[in-house]
Parts: sequence; structure tokens; C-alpha cells
Amino acid sequence: MENILEQIATCVERGKINKNSPYPPDLKGQDGTEELVQQALGMGIPASQILSEGLMKGMSVIGKKFSCNEVFVPDVLMSARAMNAGMPFLKSAFERGEAKHKGIFIIGTVQGDLHDIGKNLVRMMMEGAGWKVIDLGVDTSPEKFLQALKENPGAVVGMSALLTTTMMNMEKAVKVLKSEVPEVTVVVGGAPLTQDFCNKIGADAYSPDPQGCIEYLDAKLGLAS
Amino acid sequence: MDSILSKIKAGKILVGDGGWGTLLIKAGMQAGECPELWNIEHPDIVSGIAIAYKEAGADLVSTNSFGGNRVKLKSYGLENEAKELNRKAAYLTRKAVGEKCHVLASIGPSGKFIMMGDVSEDELYESFREQAIALEKGGADSCTIETMSDLDEARCAVRAVKENTKLEIVVSFTFMRSSDGERFNTIMGTTPEVFIQEMKQIGVSILGVNCTLSVEDMCVLLQKMYAYEKGVPFLVYPNAGQPQITDEGIRYPETPEMFAKYVPGFYKNGARIIGGCCGTTPEHIRAIRSEVEKIS
Repeated sequence: MENILEQIATCVERGKINKNSPYPPDLKGQDGTEELVQQALGMGIPASQILSEGLMKGMSVIGKKFSCNEVFVPDVLMSARAMNAGMPFLKSAFERGEAKHKGIFIIGTVQGDLHDIGKNLVRMMMEGAGWKVIDLGVDTSPEKFLQALKENPGAVVGMSALLTTTMMNMEKAVKVLKSEVPEVTVVVGGAPLTQDFCNKIGADAYSPDPQGCIEYLDAKLGLAS
Repeated sequence: MDSILSKIKAGKILVGDGGWGTLLIKAGMQAGECPELWNIEHPDIVSGIAIAYKEAGADLVSTNSFGGNRVKLKSYGLENEAKELNRKAAYLTRKAVGEKCHVLASIGPSGKFIMMGDVSEDELYESFREQAIALEKGGADSCTIETMSDLDEARCAVRAVKENTKLEIVVSFTFMRSSDGERFNTIMGTTPEVFIQEMKQIGVSILGVNCTLSVEDMCVLLQKMYAYEKGVPFLVYPNAGQPQITDEGIRYPETPEMFAKYVPGFYKNGARIIGGCCGTTPEHIRAIRSEVEKIS
């Protein structure tokens, strides 16, 4: 049983989707997450365990490697694809309540900013870490963040900005959210950002990479990563 | 006018320009605006930037066309204006700098990755082809395929420019420095060595590094590149450090003096075109120029 969960984690880490997938070349012809998740369910392993000890574990390994520049965007993308290939089989377990999300994470690129590569990477990694993600897309107004937060009480909000012009809009968005929902946790990221900037605009946390965001929230919620 | 490469081969060190976005923001450009639209709506301001860089001593002046490819303009609903925005960009710089400066037209990334399936290679090629032709028509003599991270996209842009224009080509990638300080990679994982190898293979004869890094990190990166490759002249356009938030708004910390200080180091490590990227201004270029004069 441990073996198949480890295999699933490895497939996610290596980006192995299914048997027919040619990538990575050294795993050609072998089962991917798609097959292995079904096999694990067939063996009677609870969906929650497949998720946490298989799929999420693989994503966590890749997230840590990404944060120390050992792997890069293409690797994260392939891992996310492999993870997503296994997820549909666990869907019914989520619906029955056997498997639970860590929480809801609302994410968007701030108003005036149309860049979404970084935001999408964070979305993938957050999903991979067990969060239900609501993606508001690019050019997200403070009102849109607020509306999503009101529709999903208790959700964490993540904001991204790539430009020095739009990072100032982050400040507005944080102010609106904090004044309407004082207890909300807001995490921020993006190439021009710094911890100093995060402090100045009153956001709760900054991370230069997705893994930092995951670890911050795990620690805050008292969850083991 | 002689080509950029022939001037370098004749022993010249050329001075590039500095940030454009930085000056557009100073002139009042707001978040969410399409910078390239300023070529039509505020042509005097755009020309003014080119003039300021020429007067600061730049031999190569860029164009306001970084995000001028159709794929990127689509996010503003301006994809059908691509030709005109790019033609106008080159026209404005050429008119501002005259015939003695190179108009090194800016071709930036699409913001989409081929491998993510967000855009097809054909779509990218067509987008760069259209942009390059319009830039040449507007008066550019050269272009820099810049701030690139993805080899596939860069190759596609080089092919599009080569097969459809006579523009002289520089390809400039943007690297980040690993947290341990030891390695440089693009976000796609490409190393400086692989970048050099791959671009040489498709016949690109001037290679550059721009954006993301400060002068100091850029100098370390150039050392590594020069240790690997001594036969290709480099272009180097560092950022003026990481933007900081102050009471007066966003400020970049690295001063013209700091840039000047690194010019001899850049030169020693193979840089033959020296300018600046985000946060740099005509004052930075003036400081680089006077340092370059001391070397030549």
C-alpha cells in the first residue's frame, strides 16, 4: 500500500500523467497517476490518503525544489498536469466528504495587470497542496476580490502583480478587503514585490515562490505540510 | 550606416538606452494602460524619451514596442492595431534620433508559453513576423528580441525576423540568480551556457542579458558567460535594482554612479553594448557614456 502511494508521489514529481504519455522518457510505458490512482482506490485505500500521501506529497516535493531553483516552470507544469490527471477519480470522495480541502484560496492578478504566468503557477501549486482555488483571473478589481470573499467566508486571498505600476493597486485592494473583512488573510506575490512592500501595504504575508505561501498558510492553520 | 556588429568588430563600445516604461510612468502612464497605445495618443512624449536617450549619449535607441506583438496586444483588444502601433513606434524613434543612431527596435515576449499550450508556434511566428515587418517599415535598422525566458519562443522570434526583414538581430534573455548565488537560470530553467549555445546555432551574432538583475548580479552573470564564450559580443542592460516603495512612490535604488562603476567590469567580460533596463533613466545612460569614453 505504501508502495503505490509512493509511486503516485513519484509520478506527480516527475510529471508522469498516464501509460501513454511519452514524458518523462525514462518512464515510458509505465503507469502514470491516472492508472495508479484508480488502482489505489481499487485496493481500498481511502481517497484522502491517496491525496495527501500520494498526489500532494509529489507536489510538495516539486514545490520545494522550485523554491530553491532546482526545477523550473516546465517541471511544475508537468507535475500539475500529472496531479490533475489523478484528481477526477477522487472527485466523488470529495463530494461525499471523505476527502476535504484545506480551505478556499481566492487568487487573482490585481487591477490593471494582465500577467498571469506567476498567478497560474501559484494556483496549480495551491491546488496541489490541497486547497480549493477560486481563480478570478487577471485585472481583478478590489470589489471583485471582496465579492468573492463575501461569497466564500473564511477564504484566504492571494494577489499577484508583475508591474511597478500595478503593485500600487495591490495596496488599494488590501485596504478594501481589510476594512470590510478585518480577519481576512491576504498573501501577495510577484516579481517586483518584497517583504518590505508587503509590510507597508498591510498584507499578511509575502513569498517569492508558491511553496512559501503554502508553508505560511500551513503554519498559520496549524497543518502539517 | 555600418551595422552594429561591424562597429563592435572595429573596436567600438556602444552605449544603449535605459528604461522606457519607467519614463512613461513618470509621464503619467497609469496601471492598466497599453504602453504601445501611447505611440498614437502621446507621440510627443514617446519621441521625447528617444530624444532624451540620444542626448544622454546613446548610440542605440529602442522603440516603444516591447509588448507590441499581436498575442500580447490581444489582452487590450488592440491586436488589429499591431501593425500601426509598431510602425509608429519605430517611426517616432527614428524621427527623434536621426540617421546617426541605431534604432534597436524592442520585441518582447508574448507572455504565453508554447509548452503550456496557451499559444501555438505558428501563432507566435505570425505575431513576431507582423511586428518585425512593421518595425522595419517604421525605420528600425535592428531589433532586440529581449527579456526572453523561453528558448522556443526566442527561436520562433529569430526565425520570424530573419525570414521577413533585414533587421540586425540581438537576442537578450533575462536570468534570475539562485538563492545560493551560485547559478543563473531563466524561469524556464535555461542556463546562460545553453542560451549561448542555442542562439549561436541559429546564427545570432550578438547576445544579451537584460532586466531582473542589478548591476552587481549582472556583472557576475557576464563573468560566467565570458568564461564560456569569448567570440560573441554581449549586450548588457541591468535593472536599477529591485523597486522599493517610498513615501514618494516607487523608486529604484541603483544610481547612475553605481552603473558607471560597473562599466569597466562589463567591458572586461565581453560587453560591447551597455545600457539599462527597468528603473534606469537618461542620467544612468549619461554616466555610462562618460565611463565608456574613458575606456575607448
